[in-house]
Amino acid sequence: MDILLQQIINGLVQGSVYALVALGYTMVYGILGLINFAHGEVVMVGAMVALSITQVLAGYALPPMVVLLISLLVASMVCMALGYGIERIAYRPLRNAPRLAPLITAIGVSIVLQNLAMIIWGRAYHAFPPLLPDSPHIIAGAIINEVQIAIILVAVVMMTGLLLLIHRTRLGRAMRAVAENPAIAALMGVNINAVISITFMLGSALAAVAGIMVAANYGIVHYYMGSILGLKAFTAAVLGGIGNLRGAMLGGVLLGLIESLGAGYIGDLSGGFFGSNYQDVFAFFVLIAVLVLRPSGLLGERVAERA
Amino acid sequence: MKLNHKSSVLLVVLAVVLLFLPFIADALLGRGWVRILDFALLYIMLALGLNIVVGYAGLLDLGYIAFFAVGAYCYALLGSPQFGLHWPFWIVLPLGALLACVFGVLLGAPTLRLRGDYLAIVTLGFGEIVRIFLNNLNAPINITNGPQGINMIDPIRLGTFSLSSEQSLFGLSFPAVHLHYYLFLACTLLVIFISMRLQDSRIGRAWAAIREDEVAATAMGINTRNIKLLAFAMGATFGGAAGGLFAGLQGFVSPESFGLTESIMVLCMVVLGGMGNIKGVVLGGVLLVLLPEALRHGAGPMQQAWFGKTYIDPESLRMLLFGLALIAVMLLRPAGLWPSRQRQRELTEEHEDYDSTR
Repeated sequence: MDILLQQIINGLVQGSVYALVALGYTMVYGILGLINFAHGEVVMVGAMVALSITQVLAGYALPPMVVLLISLLVASMVCMALGYGIERIAYRPLRNAPRLAPLITAIGVSIVLQNLAMIIWGRAYHAFPPLLPDSPHIIAGAIINEVQIAIILVAVVMMTGLLLLIHRTRLGRAMRAVAENPAIAALMGVNINAVISITFMLGSALAAVAGIMVAANYGIVHYYMGSILGLKAFTAAVLGGIGNLRGAMLGGVLLGLIESLGAGYIGDLSGGFFGSNYQDVFAFFVLIAVLVLRPSGLLGERVAERA
Repeated sequence: MKLNHKSSVLLVVLAVVLLFLPFIADALLGRGWVRILDFALLYIMLALGLNIVVGYAGLLDLGYIAFFAVGAYCYALLGSPQFGLHWPFWIVLPLGALLACVFGVLLGAPTLRLRGDYLAIVTLGFGEIVRIFLNNLNAPINITNGPQGINMIDPIRLGTFSLSSEQSLFGLSFPAVHLHYYLFLACTLLVIFISMRLQDSRIGRAWAAIREDEVAATAMGINTRNIKLLAFAMGATFGGAAGGLFAGLQGFVSPESFGLTESIMVLCMVVLGGMGNIKGVVLGGVLLVLLPEALRHGAGPMQQAWFGKTYIDPESLRMLLFGLALIAVMLLRPAGLWPSRQRQRELTEEHEDYDSTR
């Protein structure tokens, strides 16, 4: 029983991170119909910038909470600028181009960011300083530390905030309008370019937060951390139905749970034949199964007609 | 294909250059570059195979390298000390291609209902699943030898003629890399020929119809299910054959060679060169193999020459420049370097039509 609970807690923590990153994919997809392959690297940049900030601030004897807030703030700003830049340079000029052209520039951006990070921060794994006390709390035999509690809380707050922003504000209405039909939205006086830029910046800010969460949770950052995380988050977004915000959240949490429960029980289920090293296979099998039964994801309505 | 005087002269020149290319490269740049040429040919075959799926039928496949892996591992398992099997090349290679074809159908069948990016993510997942299995099937029963990969794979042997030992003819000596070059060149030409014939065939036109509008294609009486499956199967077969050749050339396979990056690389070749156009895809394949290698040889020494010391890790610098080149080419030529005439026409017809791209 306590093992089950422990796996669920781990899954929720991992799932919260996936969900935040998946939101970035899904927002861009909803508006531009484009897979932003560079998004995972934005997460990595967020974590790396936060690392540098903590290293710079280490000499000032500030309380860890303040350091955390400052690094969150700076990392978000840097990532927002990065998101804006990516859109301007790699995607905007190709808005009317064939569909796969922006996919290739996205891959190009992703390669560039990864190697820039390698040049700036080096190839090594860096230890991320513990900013929150990782004192464990025990709930019904399962252990959860304060970093993990913070991750879940922050994710919930950010997702609620995003939903409010999209559904209750003028900007949110503009975003939904552009997602629905950019040409008509433009006729109604929505500044499409501004809305798209803001979407990229919002997604990138979420990515920065997610990056710091991953860094704090595992205590390690690395120039390569973005790609596999991005891949999983994208999978989560598709699982939930890409282009759908609630779908991305649901997909992210589900994927986290599936992975951790799968890794925990696959050994027993298969009589020891498969081990937890098949964790990723499990996630992809579930994805394929869901998509075969529901081709547009769990909550998705629109099917991408273009191929 | 009608040949006028000018293009037939060009063709002859091209043929002569291709015939002597390994010797030219060997003399001017060194033996290592002949090996790179071998890899360029392999990747051209892969790119042409993927071109059938993505370029002709319009199905975005992000896990294509899985078929390459299936072909390579099939060759490796049946021709190495791993199981003590040493089946001959001309049985193993077609078998690998066939097995890849079966995998293509296995992947295609459940995903036929999916469109666009949903298909992309499922194929991506499929590619990862194949890689993870190759990586982990060393316990409890050792099949693939896990992350260490399979060593000492038999060289390609046609009868008693081994491609791995130096041969001489007319006083010219042909080292192993040169021999592989000629075999791969022949295979590549065959793949190009098949691709050309497919494009103009009834099937090729059916693929184009599905790519442009699946509903209309169905209405015209095309059995979209079978035709799409055929695209997957054909593309996979080419990938599997290329995989077998890869294993034979390398003498070694490991799951590392079959990751998502490789799938994306092949896709880049197709898109960057010009989707659906054979010449463009070949150009894309050549460029994307040669460019990183050229940068590898340029990035370190160039810094030495200009600044007197190496400031930036040459390996990162070369990939950085490579990424920038990808972006620049796509921004300057969104339809690829050498787009097919049909695609070009489509592009000029529906420009400024933002809404139709949704």
